[in-house]
Amino acid sequence: MVTSNVKVLGAWPSPFVSRVRMALKVKSVDYELIEANPHEKTELLIKSNPVHKKIPVLFHGEKRICESLIIVQYIDEVWTDGPNILPSDPYDRAIARFWAAYIDEKWFPLFQLLRDAQGEERRAVVQKISEGLSLLEGAFVDCSKGKAFFGGNNVGYLDIALAGCVGWTRACDILLGAKFLDETKIPHLVGWVERLYSDSSVKDLMPDPHILIELYKKFRAMSEAASE
Amino acid sequence: MATTAGVQVLGSWASPFSNRVELALKLKSVEYEFVEEVFYANKSERLLKANPVYQQIPVLIHDEKPVCESLIIVEYIDEAWTGNGPSILPSDPYERAIARFWAGYVDNKWFPTMKELNTASGDEAKAIVVGKINEGFALLEEAFVKSSKGKAFFGGDDVGYLDIALGCYLGWVKVAELIGGVKLLDGSRTPGLAGWAERFLSHDVAKDIIPEAPKLVEFMGKVQAVRAAAANTAAD
Repeated sequence: MVTSNVKVLGAWPSPFVSRVRMALKVKSVDYELIEANPHEKTELLIKSNPVHKKIPVLFHGEKRICESLIIVQYIDEVWTDGPNILPSDPYDRAIARFWAAYIDEKWFPLFQLLRDAQGEERRAVVQKISEGLSLLEGAFVDCSKGKAFFGGNNVGYLDIALAGCVGWTRACDILLGAKFLDETKIPHLVGWVERLYSDSSVKDLMPDPHILIELYKKFRAMSEAASE
Repeated sequence: MATTAGVQVLGSWASPFSNRVELALKLKSVEYEFVEEVFYANKSERLLKANPVYQQIPVLIHDEKPVCESLIIVEYIDEAWTGNGPSILPSDPYERAIARFWAGYVDNKWFPTMKELNTASGDEAKAIVVGKINEGFALLEEAFVKSSKGKAFFGGDDVGYLDIALGCYLGWVKVAELIGGVKLLDGSRTPGLAGWAERFLSHDVAKDIIPEAPKLVEFMGKVQAVRAAAANTAAD
């Protein structure tokens, strides 16, 4: 379905923006990406998301929807003739929502801590991130039921929730030698990551870790210069 | 359609999160077994097994399968018992997104400011926190006016998802007003919300679930005593 009244306010490196774009891709919905710098609270960003002042924001006609996981569910519920994003069984839906919330509330925020932590503190955060990945490995085994993705044969809600974070996870592996995506510890998730890179819905929307690293270094340099 | 056999709630009468689950089940006329968990002391094996990730109440156990996180449980109840009574979530996708947005705001932004009130020391610090709580209420007032479209609840004629999400905190809002000696939910500032709160607290189903402020104050004292005793024992 071609829709021209759909816009996404966001930035390609953001894991949260990636989720929205992946969901739209799954549903074959065309949209316009309005690039926004998440570090610059422009008038447009403040007007579009006055409560949180964050990307992504989905514009659908006159409607404005905020918060990436809420947007993904909205996309699933509006464009019903595409493949389902949420599972159809209520219990499976609850489990998918549970783990997506875990990623956002407990696991991915650890990466923020990693940025500023040094020495022992950094080691502790790296440990917590790895523990989270072990939990997600277990979740994958339960949800996938032997198939390729959390959602089964096709990419689903929890795949989309986590896929956006993969670029940054790999960036940490490269930059910090963290070895998060360790196939001896989380073999199912490592296999899943590889499959994401061949999946038509998500492969072009997974941020390249090397480019993320360059961006991060530039951002750090700017912040340090600004604070001097 | 799911059966009511094998429905258990691990929760606590005093927890707003547990209240949400009970309210949703009662709105759907689902019979359940309620297990009061002493969540503030040593957690039971049963709770740790049902919710290994967070080790918290509430947990809904349906046909031996646990569902955790109160708002996720409420959506599950709505979806598992679709035939029973009115929908909890709105039927329109945009209205659903708005309801979910504000429920998330209530839990992630507004409720933490309520918790800050407990720890704020001194009049100046308290005044700042009360200011933040009021800013939150002002936003929720706007949300109420838009969502209710002139009807009694956020959900319209019936109590819905956002009513449940915010309404279950009302007992604790009254506790904060009592202890802090401050009016938080004020009809002169947020008339829509104040009217809604009165209607919610007198709603047939909600009124038996939302605890009264004096009982909650007593409960708070008990929890503090238990935790202090545990800290002393640990220190010995």
